[in-house]
Formats: sequence, structure tokens, C-alpha cells
Amino acid sequence: MNRKKITRGNTIRRSTRKWFPLFLGPVVAAFIIGFVWPFIQGIYLSFCQFKLIADAKPIGLGNYIRAFRDAAFTHAFWYTALFTVVSMVLINVLAFTVAYILTQNIKGSNLFRTVFFMPNLIGGIVLGHIWSMIFDGILGKFGTSIVMDSKYGFWGLIILMCWQQIGYMMIIYIAGLQAVPEDMLEAARIDGATKSQALFKVTIPNVMPSITICMFLSLTNGFKLFDQNLALTNGHPIITQSGGVSIKTTEMLALNIFTTYNNSSPNAHGTAQAKAVIFFILVAGLGLAQLAYTRKKEVQQ
Amino acid sequence: MSKKLFALALSLSMVMTMLLAGCTSQQAQTSNPPAENSKSGSEASQPVENNNGGDAKGRVYWLNFKPESDGALLEVAKMYTEETGVPVKIVTAASGTYSQQLNAEMGKSEAPTIFVVGNSAGVRDWTDYALDLTGTPIANELNTDAYNLYDENGKLVSIGYCYECYGIIVNADLVQKAGHSMDEIKNFDTLKTVVEDIHARAGELGFDAFTSCDMDGSSNWRFVGHMANLEYYYEQEGETWTECPPTLTGKYMDNFKNLYDLCINNSLTDPKDLSVGGHDAAEEFKAGKAAFTVQGSWEFSNYKDSVPNAAMIPYYCGVAGEEKAGLNCGTENCWAINSKVSAEDQQATMDFMVWCVTDPEASRILVDSFGIMPYKNSAESTNGFLANAAEYTANGCYVMNWATNFQPNVDEYRAALTSALNAYNADQSEANWENVRVAFVDGWAAQYNAVNG
Repeated sequence: MNRKKITRGNTIRRSTRKWFPLFLGPVVAAFIIGFVWPFIQGIYLSFCQFKLIADAKPIGLGNYIRAFRDAAFTHAFWYTALFTVVSMVLINVLAFTVAYILTQNIKGSNLFRTVFFMPNLIGGIVLGHIWSMIFDGILGKFGTSIVMDSKYGFWGLIILMCWQQIGYMMIIYIAGLQAVPEDMLEAARIDGATKSQALFKVTIPNVMPSITICMFLSLTNGFKLFDQNLALTNGHPIITQSGGVSIKTTEMLALNIFTTYNNSSPNAHGTAQAKAVIFFILVAGLGLAQLAYTRKKEVQQ
Repeated sequence: MSKKLFALALSLSMVMTMLLAGCTSQQAQTSNPPAENSKSGSEASQPVENNNGGDAKGRVYWLNFKPESDGALLEVAKMYTEETGVPVKIVTAASGTYSQQLNAEMGKSEAPTIFVVGNSAGVRDWTDYALDLTGTPIANELNTDAYNLYDENGKLVSIGYCYECYGIIVNADLVQKAGHSMDEIKNFDTLKTVVEDIHARAGELGFDAFTSCDMDGSSNWRFVGHMANLEYYYEQEGETWTECPPTLTGKYMDNFKNLYDLCINNSLTDPKDLSVGGHDAAEEFKAGKAAFTVQGSWEFSNYKDSVPNAAMIPYYCGVAGEEKAGLNCGTENCWAINSKVSAEDQQATMDFMVWCVTDPEASRILVDSFGIMPYKNSAESTNGFLANAAEYTANGCYVMNWATNFQPNVDEYRAALTSALNAYNADQSEANWENVRVAFVDGWAAQYNAVNG
């Protein structure tokens, strides 16, 4: 009996060794075609001047120098950073609150969960246009509109993102909250912990893995935001400084890369490519740093 | 068991997706969707009958940038394929996305054989990809050299296939109803008198002077693209720019302001509400709600039924001697042939172009959609606004050329100008106009440097 099992295991192992390329091949090929190769080519192109990819000429670091000298790019970076911090905090606090309320056995909580989740199913461009109509409908009463003041653009985008993302993060938090062991909470109650003590000392440390994921998602979502930004304000209002250089006050990084690419300068494509590489390093670096930080706070059950 | 089934289903679906992906990419080249008439981004290729048969004939692929002509082009393409068997593919880039689409399409193996190079920036960008058209059959069909674009080495990069004009379109019947006549309007002061009188009595007359001057993407080009031309035109001081000047003086900004102020302050919509958009100026004009609108000759077929007595007048703006001004005539519609496609495809494309401007039926359809085609044997234009333009010229008035085509980094330049005008519309203060001037004049220099620096 025992002997037979081992042979069977060996057969499986042997055939695995023999056949694994067949099973792994398609995925690896797809990954290389769809991700690894374009990525390497993208990095190469960021050191080139090109109109079409087929005739790229390497020019060294020129694109990176142009990217860092671009005042609009620096502005877009700080604007994006501010937006990401504010939206990350708001989305997570609100999503957690909603999730917490909806796990307190209130009537119709399933219905609420579904309704709160639904905005996430609408595409970004559509959302941007819908919300620009809503905002303009309100601001129009005061003789202004969302493209008139960068404050409106900023908070408009925050409201939009909260509306879209809270439902999604809420689902993750609900799953986390439901996994908190009931006996731990009961023990805390018996030991005389107040409701808020139980929340901060027991529940939150136990849902730390969900917080890690949600923070990571909202951080990278905030940084990579594009469609909503394009459809809601497209960077307006634009301030033209006295030298004639214009800054799009509500333009975020991804949109800045997009508009740079479609400039009519001969260096536009290369510069946009360089910006995209910088952008990737930023997003990846920040995401990993945030993961490392929140991971430390997770507790083992 | 169920797990195994699930895994099987998953892997099957993966394989299916890959197969399908393979199929669709093949299909895309030969597919033949029913002729669509959607305004933008539609694509239709004609059936390939004897594609790789005995006589290889090449192919024609026209990347079109005028969404409003999409229907006419598809019709002509179909006629040509039926007559000759040569496949003609028409792809229309959605409004404002032409350069993005051109970048993407030119990199493909089945690249466009005809593309549009409509201004000096386009010539600089694409001259390496364009065939020299000097002395070719299509160039020999032209009846004027006025709309051709050359690069700095004198290579004929693209040739105009139609030209257009823009100015102020007036509903003559409404002007009459208000107790004025078209002959009264001879310069800015007389225009202003008529416009302000109509606006003041709008309640009593039942119509206003100007249609809404929306500054959203669907309408702002009428001002930051077209009306801005009056400033550039006069700044040329009788010369014509042959390339983009690095700086502007802004000498005629006050004249631009004259006409711009007249439009926004005497229209159906409060200037404060213009940034949002959502007013349909064309519908307002057709419904007789306003007597004036800022538009171009391409709207003729759209207006002619509802406004039979529409006429186009020049941008009167208070410049000395403007009684002799004519309309703004020019084009951005210039054909270039892709020099990187096979000789066979180039020949097929050339044949197609010559056919377009000589075949009576085809050129009729194209002329009705485009306006005037400057070729010896193409159909006569029926466009009333272009007839107005010819009348002005016949009466010895000067034609205002499209200096606006030189706007450097055009999308960014116009976006910044639009934003400044938005602020000005909300509060017409000196300070806000100064910002408009900065975006107009200094913005030009900055964008010029961004492109050429």
C-alpha cells in the first residue's frame, strides 16, 4: 500500500517534470508578449527620440532632463501626491466606517452592500462626465463651473473617487471584519473593554491585512488616476504664467504623460516615455514602501 | 470532481481566448462591417474581391480627419471598389484625435496610404513619410498652387483637396425683420450698431443677435481657432507667414477683443455660463433664435434649408480699411501619400485620388461635402458661403489667409487660451483680459519654444 503510493507520487512527479512546459508555456508566453517585452522596449524608448516606434534613435538622457525640467510635470507630481494622500485617507476611513456599520446586524445590510458597491461597476470616463454634469448643475447656480477654479476640480475629483471606490474597499473590509474571531471579542467584552477599546485594540489589529490591501489599492489607484481626471476637468483651469508657460492646475501625472505624448514637438514621444518610466518607479516604490509599513502592523492569530 | 471540471473549464476558456485573439487580429484586416454612418471613429473596408488574384492592384487606405465627411467618403470608396475592384478603406479619426490616430496607424504594417498633412507643423513632422508630389498626375489636375504645402527643401509634401472659408454667418431675413439691412453692415461700427440694437430689443423681436458662444470642446475652436485668426492675419501686415513665427506682438489684440466682446455680450447665453457649454449654436441659428453666428462654409448644407437667406460676412473688428476685408479662406485638408508603403499601393492611391477629382459623380459627392475642390475637372461648388467668398474677392476685397494654421503646439495653446477666456467671461475685468493677452501672445512664444526648443 505504502509502496504503491510512493510509486504513484513518483509517476506524477516524473510526468510533471516532462510536461510542465506545455502547461506553463502559454502563460509565460502571454506574460512575455504582453508585459515583459513591452516593458523592456518602453525603457529603451525612453532613451530615444522617435516618431514611430520603428525608427527610434537613441539620444541618451535628454528625455529625462526634459522631463525633470518641465514645470507642468513637477506641478502634476505634487498635485497627484496631495490628491492621493487625501483620497487614500478619506476612502479608507469612510469605507471602514461603512463596513463596520454594515456588520452590526442591521436590517437590509445586504441591500446596502450591493448598492454601495455598484458605482464601482461604472467606467471612469462615464463617471467623469456624469459628475461634471452634476457639479456644473450645482455650480451653475452660482455663475461658475468646475473648470473655473482648481479648488472645485480637486474636491470634485475627491468626491468622485470616494463615491466610486468606497463600495469596493467596503467589501474587502467586510470580509476582514467577518474574519475577526468572535471569541476574542467576547473575551474583550468579559474583561470589561468598552466598545471603542474593543474596536481599536482587537478589531483593527485583526483586520490589518485588509487595511494593507485597501491602502495599497487606493494609493496606487490615486497615483494612476487617468480617465476620471480627463473627463472631469482635463486639467482646467490653466494658468498662463507671465513668460507664457502654461500650467494645467488640475492635471495629474498620468494625464500629463498623455498630453506630453501628443504634443507636436519632435521630442514629445521620448519625453513622455521617460516620464512614464519615472512614473512607474514612483508608483512601484511608494506601493512597496506602504506595503512594508502596514505589514509590520499586522498581527498573527 | 467539480474542482477538476472547474479547472478544465478555466483552461478551456483560456485556450479559447487565445484562439479568438488570434482570429480577431486576422479578421480586423479583411473584415467588412456594414457601412456605418456614425459621426466619428467609424471604420469600413470594402470587400476584397481579387485581392491576391492574377493582377495585383494594391490597396488604398485613407485616414480621414473630418468626421463630418465620413459618410460621403464611404460612399465614394464603395463606388470606386465597385468600378475597379481596388479595395478602399476609409478610417475616420474621432474629432480631435487625428494626430493620435495617425501616430498609431503609421506604425502598423497596413499603414494608411493617404493621410492628411494640413499645416506647417504637420509638414515638419511627416515630411519623411510623404511622397514628393511634384509633377505627379494628381498635382497636374490642380488649378491653383495656393493650397499646397512644401517642406523647407521645396518638396511638395501635400496638396489641398478642398478649401473652405469662415466668418460671421448672418440670417439676412432676421436682420431685415429688425429693421436693418445687410448693406448697412460695412465695418465694425456698423456691425456693432446692428448687433447691439437687436440684442437690446431681443425680447420684443423674439430673437437675439448672436448664438451662444460656448467655450467647451465642441465649440471653443470657433473662437480660439478661427476668430483668433483675425489677430494673426493683421499681424502679418500684408505679408503671409510661410512658417510659424517664434513670437507675436499682439498688436491687434484690441481688435480681437472688440469682436469677441460683441459676440459674448450680445448673445442668447450669459457669458458666465459659457464655460460649461451645452448650448447648441447650430440649432439656435437654424431655429431662428439668433441672427448671427460664428461659423464656416462646411455648415452650409446644414443651414440652407432652415435659413435660406444666410450669408457670410468678414470678421469686422475695427481695423482701418476693413471695408475691403473678405472672408477667411484656406484649408487644412491636404492629401499626402505615404512614401513607406509599396509602389503598387502608391500607384493605386494616386489613381484613386485622380479619379476622385475627375469622375463627375464622385467629385459631385465630395464637393457637396467639402466645399470647393481646386481641380480643373472636378464638379462645381454649390456652397453659398464659398460663393460669398468669391464675390468679395471679385469686388477687390482682400482674402484673409488661415494664419491660424501656424498655432504652435495647437491643442495646448488653445486649451490655455480657452481657460483664460473662461475667466474673462465670468468677470470681464482688465486684469482678466491681461491674462488672455498673456495666453494669446506669450503663450505662443512658450509653445513655440516647447516645440522647437
